[in-house]
Amino acid sequence: MSSSMKITLKVWRQAEKNARGRLMTYSVPDVSPDMSFLEMLDMVNNTLVRKGEDAIAFDHDCREGICGTCSLYINGRAHGPLKGVATCQLHMRSFSDGDTIVVEPWRASPFPVIKDLVVDRSSFDRIMQAGGYVSVRTGGVPDANAIPIPKAVADEAFDAAACIGCGACVAACKNSSAMLFVSAKVSQLALLPQGNAERRQRAERMVAQMDAEGFGSCSNTYACEAECPKEISVSNIARLNREFIRAKVL
Amino acid sequence: MKLNSKIPGGPIEKKWDDHRFHLKLINPANKRKYTVVVVGTGLAGASAAASLAELGYNVITLCYHESPRRAHSIAAQGGINAPKNYTNDGDSVYRLFYDTVKGGDYRAREANVYRLAQVSGSIIDQCVAQGVPFAREYGGLLDNRSFGGAQVSRTFYARGQTGQQLLLGAYSAMVRQMDAGKVKLFARREMLDLVVVDGKARGVVCRNLVNGSIESYVGDAVILATGGYGNVFYLSTNAMMCNGSATWRAHKKGALFGNPCFTQIHPTCIPVSSGHQSKLTLMSESLRNDGRIWVPKAKDDKRQATDIPESDRDYYLERLYPSFGNLVPRDVASRRAKEMCDKGLGVGPTKLAVYLDFADTIKRNGKEYIEEKYGNLFDMYQQITGENAYVSPMRIYPAVHYTMGGLWVDYNLESTIPGMFVLGEANFSDHGANRLGASALMQGLADGYFIIPYTIGDYLASNKFTPVDTSHAAFQDAEKGLSAMTKKLMGINGKRTVDDFHKALGKVMWDDVGMARDAKSLKNAIKEIPRIREEFWKDVRIPGSDGNFNQELEKAHRVADFLELGELMARDALHRKESCGGHFRQEYQTADGEALRDDKKFSYVAAWEFKGVDKTPALHKEPLKFEYVKPAQRSYK
Repeated sequence: MSSSMKITLKVWRQAEKNARGRLMTYSVPDVSPDMSFLEMLDMVNNTLVRKGEDAIAFDHDCREGICGTCSLYINGRAHGPLKGVATCQLHMRSFSDGDTIVVEPWRASPFPVIKDLVVDRSSFDRIMQAGGYVSVRTGGVPDANAIPIPKAVADEAFDAAACIGCGACVAACKNSSAMLFVSAKVSQLALLPQGNAERRQRAERMVAQMDAEGFGSCSNTYACEAECPKEISVSNIARLNREFIRAKVL
Repeated sequence: MKLNSKIPGGPIEKKWDDHRFHLKLINPANKRKYTVVVVGTGLAGASAAASLAELGYNVITLCYHESPRRAHSIAAQGGINAPKNYTNDGDSVYRLFYDTVKGGDYRAREANVYRLAQVSGSIIDQCVAQGVPFAREYGGLLDNRSFGGAQVSRTFYARGQTGQQLLLGAYSAMVRQMDAGKVKLFARREMLDLVVVDGKARGVVCRNLVNGSIESYVGDAVILATGGYGNVFYLSTNAMMCNGSATWRAHKKGALFGNPCFTQIHPTCIPVSSGHQSKLTLMSESLRNDGRIWVPKAKDDKRQATDIPESDRDYYLERLYPSFGNLVPRDVASRRAKEMCDKGLGVGPTKLAVYLDFADTIKRNGKEYIEEKYGNLFDMYQQITGENAYVSPMRIYPAVHYTMGGLWVDYNLESTIPGMFVLGEANFSDHGANRLGASALMQGLADGYFIIPYTIGDYLASNKFTPVDTSHAAFQDAEKGLSAMTKKLMGINGKRTVDDFHKALGKVMWDDVGMARDAKSLKNAIKEIPRIREEFWKDVRIPGSDGNFNQELEKAHRVADFLELGELMARDALHRKESCGGHFRQEYQTADGEALRDDKKFSYVAAWEFKGVDKTPALHKEPLKFEYVKPAQRSYK
């Protein structure tokens, strides 16, 4: 197996929402290339705690790239250097012995810092609440095969539905725009017949909520698509724009 | 205590219909006078919260995640079962019922399993109506695949992300009710005590994980949908925050714990590579549709997998179980993999792995076929191991995945504490001693969408509720108790981290209470776990303060509970002197290495009553009767 590496970490530490934060430097010996990035942070935290210092707070849960809990701006990139991967799936073999790695939280005003690298993304839930659903109640729905959907359409809807709601799109965007996130849900439901009845209100309400939360506008730099761990396409943003115009004008 | 399972009489296919007719109803205008507290927002919790709010109840929902959509149901990969028989291959409600009872090695309640099979078709309808993008065929209709323990294709799926899509469906139904003001969400709250007033569950006490404050939530009934406790093993496929605290603390308040030793060890996980590992990653069971499991015939075969010719390979599942082949149930596949590795035939650097090989399917159907079906799994495998499974076979090994055990509930999903209902993985109900693949999603959603909305109404209609608020002594006492425990944890100020203790516990659990257990190992665990627990309470170190966001403190609460729960698991495993499903006692096996049940002595649910930490728990038994699927030696040959 490959030998161990020495890494220098510069980590954003901030005691709470309104505290002043700063980058702290930690020297990390004995990093195995097979460790995940978060396991490396676990190791740093155990060392800090044994020394009597506070552990670095960071959000994480499934560590399989699907729950969307982990975040982290690593060396200036959302979820680190790899394409199509969430931070929890990033392994230390993507770095080299002697590297300095800068770790920051998502930086966007609609995502205020809670502590260190943990931010509050509840704005995303409030956007979903503004129509990110099909209004069906439990029971009384037609048989599943009564709604045939061409495979190509179902696949396209799935590609949009794969969004994990991590917020990397917002963090990567210079305008802190949430258009990729919003468009993924609007697209999924606009493509499927089930979402058709409410498509107008959905586009209008979700965009209005996005604006109310303080997310910026889209200026088509495609940084969101480049950093999205699920590689959600910006073509969804074009579809959101069409849906929005259709709702407002037609 | 006499356990009353409340299983209705009559023929099995009529039980649920008759029971529903006899359940009391609450008129629509009166439903808004009741409040239900739902803890957990996975498939079971979110579907329950949404369905109850749609009926008109006020729902308070709590989750320790930052958002309900993060719940661990999201990580389920393979699929969800339903006997729609869209594939015309002979499926029926009765067959799914039969497969599930047999798959659970005759340790589940027939009536519950039948109901599960009955409502499962409606789940697929419901999810499609919500816009869940299930896999489809070119004609636009839904596609199916096969899972272990079944000879029909009844599994609906959304690539390798079925759990994600179903959870987002349930989440969307729940946010719709938040939009309507009927569901009030409190995120980043961890339930750490249950409050019982006049013998009825009336609310919960939580720690606010952002600012550390202790908060109470009051209702007329409480639903726990808080998942399983597989993380007692430290390494498992569960998410890092999955824990047993909500159910364990309810257990300490009087709820009996059913079959705690029934743990599922999933056969196809990425093997442990070294001591820094924080969790294990599942490779979906669906891969066994197209992958073949093998080991080299000779020990210490140093050749690369691709250089080993067919004649030197042992496709041992196909050899031992010709009719089910690679699709035997999980407990069987896991045990056989361990047996091969114990014989020295394991592969890879640690020799604790077997091959899962796709070469034949790639040759037959092309790489694109595999990519389309399992692309995300192959990507995940590559990220973790650095290896390309399209070129050389995956290496897999069993890992802790799911807990069939959980809080004991009756047919109405009500625990032994009146007014506290338990749904999904958190209860013990439907899977017996082994859960079949693609049945967890089915059970979580069945409980939440189609069972609790009926049974909770009967409870609310049948009882009178005195108005209670958080100033009630029971709430005040619970708050004080939690505050004292937190202060005690913070005050130990020892030398070892929470993770150190969790790893020490996990090692005992895996070595002594894991895939193969015997009286000696279990007795050792019953001695070792209290010793680790004692050290924990003397020497754990938690940094920071209890008045703000403190993840080490969160973990400490969870590990403190695991250190008690683990002991109960060992005691349950020791008392059950038979092997069944995932509970494999080395002493009790057939000549060809299959689990040997003792139906005369152990055909019951073991429900344990808490008597105090360091005190022996009391065992209560709910006898299991099999009127339809007669217990037999399971055969997948």
